[in-house]
Amino acid sequence: MSGTGGLLEPAGRPAMELPKYRVVRSSKMHRYVLIASIIIVLALASVPFWGGQSMSRTLVTFFALLALGQMWNLLGGFAGLISVGQQGYLGIGAYSMWLLGDVLNIHPFICVFLAGILAVIIAFPAAPLLFRLRGGYFAIGTWVFAEVLRIIVANIPATGGGSGKTIISSATLEPDVRIYGTYWIGLVVAVGSILIVFFLLRSRLGIALTAIRDDDLAAQSSGVNVFRAKLWVYLVAAFGCGIVGAVVALNLLRIQPNAAFTVNWSAYAIFIVVIGGFGSIEGPIIGAVIYFAMLQTLSDYGELYMLLLGVLAVIMATKAPRGLWGFVEKKWDLHLFPVRRGLEIESEPKDKAPPGGEEPAGAESPAGSS
Amino acid sequence: MDWVNVTIQGILLGGLYALFAVGLSLVFGVMRIVNLAHGDLGILAAFIALFFVQWLGLGVLWSSLLSIVLMIGIGYVLQRGLLNFTLGTDDTRPILVTFGLSVIIQNALLMGFSADTQGLKAGGITAESIEITDRLAIGWYPLMIFIAAIIIIVALQLFLANTRMGRAFRATSDDRDAAELMGINNRHIYSLAMAIALGVVAIAGILMGIRTTFDPTQGQFNLIFAFEAVIMGGMGSLWGTLAGGMLLGVSQTLGAQAFGSEWALFTGHIVFLAVLAFRPQGFFAKTVTA
Repeated sequence: MSGTGGLLEPAGRPAMELPKYRVVRSSKMHRYVLIASIIIVLALASVPFWGGQSMSRTLVTFFALLALGQMWNLLGGFAGLISVGQQGYLGIGAYSMWLLGDVLNIHPFICVFLAGILAVIIAFPAAPLLFRLRGGYFAIGTWVFAEVLRIIVANIPATGGGSGKTIISSATLEPDVRIYGTYWIGLVVAVGSILIVFFLLRSRLGIALTAIRDDDLAAQSSGVNVFRAKLWVYLVAAFGCGIVGAVVALNLLRIQPNAAFTVNWSAYAIFIVVIGGFGSIEGPIIGAVIYFAMLQTLSDYGELYMLLLGVLAVIMATKAPRGLWGFVEKKWDLHLFPVRRGLEIESEPKDKAPPGGEEPAGAESPAGSS
Repeated sequence: MDWVNVTIQGILLGGLYALFAVGLSLVFGVMRIVNLAHGDLGILAAFIALFFVQWLGLGVLWSSLLSIVLMIGIGYVLQRGLLNFTLGTDDTRPILVTFGLSVIIQNALLMGFSADTQGLKAGGITAESIEITDRLAIGWYPLMIFIAAIIIIVALQLFLANTRMGRAFRATSDDRDAAELMGINNRHIYSLAMAIALGVVAIAGILMGIRTTFDPTQGQFNLIFAFEAVIMGGMGSLWGTLAGGMLLGVSQTLGAQAFGSEWALFTGHIVFLAVLAFRPQGFFAKTVTA
C-alpha cells in the first residue's frame, strides 16, 4: 500500500503536501524470527525420535496449554470477551473423542479435528445469547453455559455418567502410534493456534477487533460489524478449545465430566495469559512456558500451587496488565510477530509542492506504529 | 399437594439466592464491577463463623455476628487496598482480579479446612415447621431466611433512597465524575459499597451454612445463582433481584420434582437462558444494560 496526501486536497487551493508514505507491516527482524521459529518447530517435531514416550506425553500437556492460552487470549486479550466458560468446549472436545471414536468408529486422529467442529456447532447458538451480557456478566454467562453442558454430559447414562469412561478406540491404538501421533497432533495444534491468531489479527477482522476493544460503540458507528467480529472470534476460540480438549483426552485416554468441564481450565488459561501477556501473541507463549515449568516443579503442592498462581495473577492484573511480555514491548519496542502496521515516510514534505511526480531519493526514516 | 409444597420451598429458597445476589447487584450498580469472588466470599464468611465456633467455642449466633462484622471490614479494605486500583479505562482488569481472588479464597479454604463438607448447627429451629395441612408444611427456618431477605432489601432501599450516603451511592452510580466534582470521595463510596455487599453476602453464606452443608468449592455455584437472579430480575432493581431469585428457586425445586434432583440446577439454568433469550433486560430492569 502506498499513497500521497494530495488526493484529498480540495480543488483551487494551494496544496499542502503530506509526506509520501508506505504502510509497513514487517521488518528484516521478522525474517530472522520466522527462521528461528521454523528451527524451533522442527526441533520440537524431532522429539519422538530421541525423547521417548514419557517426554512426548509430557510435552503434549504443554502444547495443550499453549493452544488454550492462545484461544483464551484471542477472546479476552484481543476481543475484550473475558470468558470463564471455555471448559465447556474443552469438555465437548474430550467427549467427542468418545462419541466419534467409540460410537461412530472414526479414527481417533481424525476425531481430534472433528471435535473442534462439534464445539463450533454447540457454540453457534450460544453466542448470540451470551453476547447479550457484557463484561463480568458475560464471563459468568459463559460459565453457566459450560455448567449446562457438564450437567447434560454427566447425566447421560451412555457417557458413563459422573464416573466417566475410557476411550476404547484411542486406548487400543498401537502405543507408539498413539503417543507419537498424539505428540505431532499436539504440536500441529499449538503451532496452528498461533498461526490462526496471527492471520486473524493481520486480516480485516484484526483491525475490527482492535477498534472494538478500544471502544465498541465508536467501532460500531464507524461501520464495524461488532456482532459479526465477536461471533467469529467466539467460534474460532470454541473450535480451538474443542481441539485442545480432544488432544488432552487422547493423551489421558480417560474422560470424566467433572475433570473435563472443570472451571480450572479457564483458570489455567487466565493464569497463562495474564502472567505472560494480555493482548499479544508472544504473551501466551511465555505464559505457557512459565506455567508449564511451574506445573512440572510445584504441582505436588496442589492447593498451595493454585493459591500462588492466584496471587501472581492478581498482582500481574493490577500492576502489569499487559503481563511479562508487556515489559519487553515497553522497554525494547519489540514485536516478534508482524501484526502491526507502521507508516514509513518515503519523502519529506516540501514548502512548495512541485507539480509533477518528482521522486526524491527515499530517506529511510523510523517507522511510526499503529 | 406435593407440587404446591415444592413451589413454596422454591420461593423460600429464592430468598436465599436473593441475599447472595443483592451484594453483587449493589457493587455492580455503584462501581460497575462484577465481583467474580462474590460467592466465595459468602462461603468464606461461613467458614469464619465455623472457625469461631470450633476454635473459640463461641455460640453460632455470636460467631456469625463476629464473622459478619469481620466481612464488612474485609470488604472495605479489599476495595480500598486492591480493587480501587483496577478501576479505570480497561474494564477487563476487575474481572481478572476478582477471578484471581476467587481462586485464592477457594484454595486457601481447601488448605485450611480440607474439602470436607461442613455445617453450622443452630439447634432445633432448622427442623421445625408450620403444618398447614398434613401434606403441606413450611419450614420455619427457610421462612426466616426469606423474611431476612425482605428485611435486608427494605433496609437497603430505605438507605439508598433516604440517607445522605445513599444519595452519594446513587450519584456515583449515575455519573462518577460529576459526583466527584460535587465533593463525593468516590474511593470511599466504593469501599463502603463493597463493605455493605460483603456484609450481606456474609449473612447469606452463614444462613446457607446453617440451612445445609457447605464446602470450599461451593462459592462458584453461589456466584452463578446470584448472577442468574440479578439478570432475570433485571439490573438495578433490588425487588427484581428477589423476584429473580424466587424464579430461580422455583425452577430448581420444580425441576428436581419433575426430573429428579440431578436436574435441579439444569432446569434453573435453562429457565435463565430462556429469560436471556426472550427478555434479556430481565423482568424489572431499572437501568440500561451496561
